[in-house]
Amino acid sequence: MKVQDIVEALGLKVCSGSAGLNREIEGGYTSDLLSDVMGNADENQVWVTLQTHKNIMAIASLKELAAIVLVKGYEPEADAAKQSNVEGIPILSSTEEAFELSGKLFELLKA
Amino acid sequence: MGMKFTFVIEGGNFSKAGTASSEVKKILKQLNVDPKIIKRTVVSLYEAEVNVVAHAFEGNMNVEIFPDKIVVRIEDKGPGIPDIDMAMQIGFSTATPEVREMGFGAGMGLPNIKKNSDRMNISSTINVGTQLEIVNYLK
Ligand SMILES: Nc1ncnc2c1ncn2[C@@H]1O[C@H](COP(=O)(O)OP(=O)(O)OP(=O)(O)O)[C@@H](O)[C@H]1O
Ligand SMILES: [Mg+2]
Repeated sequence: MKVQDIVEALGLKVCSGSAGLNREIEGGYTSDLLSDVMGNADENQVWVTLQTHKNIMAIASLKELAAIVLVKGYEPEADAAKQSNVEGIPILSSTEEAFELSGKLFELLKA
Repeated sequence: MGMKFTFVIEGGNFSKAGTASSEVKKILKQLNVDPKIIKRTVVSLYEAEVNVVAHAFEGNMNVEIFPDKIVVRIEDKGPGIPDIDMAMQIGFSTATPEVREMGFGAGMGLPNIKKNSDRMNISSTINVGTQLEIVNYLK
């Protein structure tokens, strides 16, 4: 499954990094603690979080994540969006909360 | 003798946190280091870099790459760590409320470094600074 596929299936907004919409997704991780994500997320995963600042892109880039999904309608801060465009790692946004979104994502990805 | 690189880390500047680790990652990729070893090293270096940003005033990341290992020394001027054993415990953190709001301060950084390095040494002097050495073997 590609990032574009979850954008369509879950009605996500593409905030930045659209060059990376064809990245392949292998699972996901939901957490708002950056060291937890650093230590436990894996390459090509989608990261579900409410953090919107630039450091999420540092982590996404270092861990080679497929995309970040912000919950509750949050939008990335300007420098985070800029970095997302530079790296080609999309930042997406959902109006749902982390629990609902992660549940739907899990269903989609386990198929 | 190995290849040497040095990067400056600015205390308090979160917008630059991770840039030194990212540079080292690029170098290791160019050297065709095993991706698994790059991943572990990147986790360790990022956590060490962010600790200087979050807890110290200024620091350096000194990287030396040998045919069989990468040795990284992160040295800072800062408050130092009064009790290293306590700092190593998962969940222990003295991060400020502002830093926690950003999602740092879980007290997982040093445990992440331990898990993702082959050797780790910390020494620290209160009101002077902290030195952390990370060694990862390349084969
Ligand atoms: N370079 C440093 N200078 C001063 N104190 C440090 C330094 N590195 C770590 N510490 C101390 O050790 C504690 C634990 O560090 P650790 O990296 O495990 O967690 P954290 O930085 O608080 O949170 P996290 O890394 O999960 O975002 C810190 O809260 C701080 O008190
Ligand atoms: Mg830390």
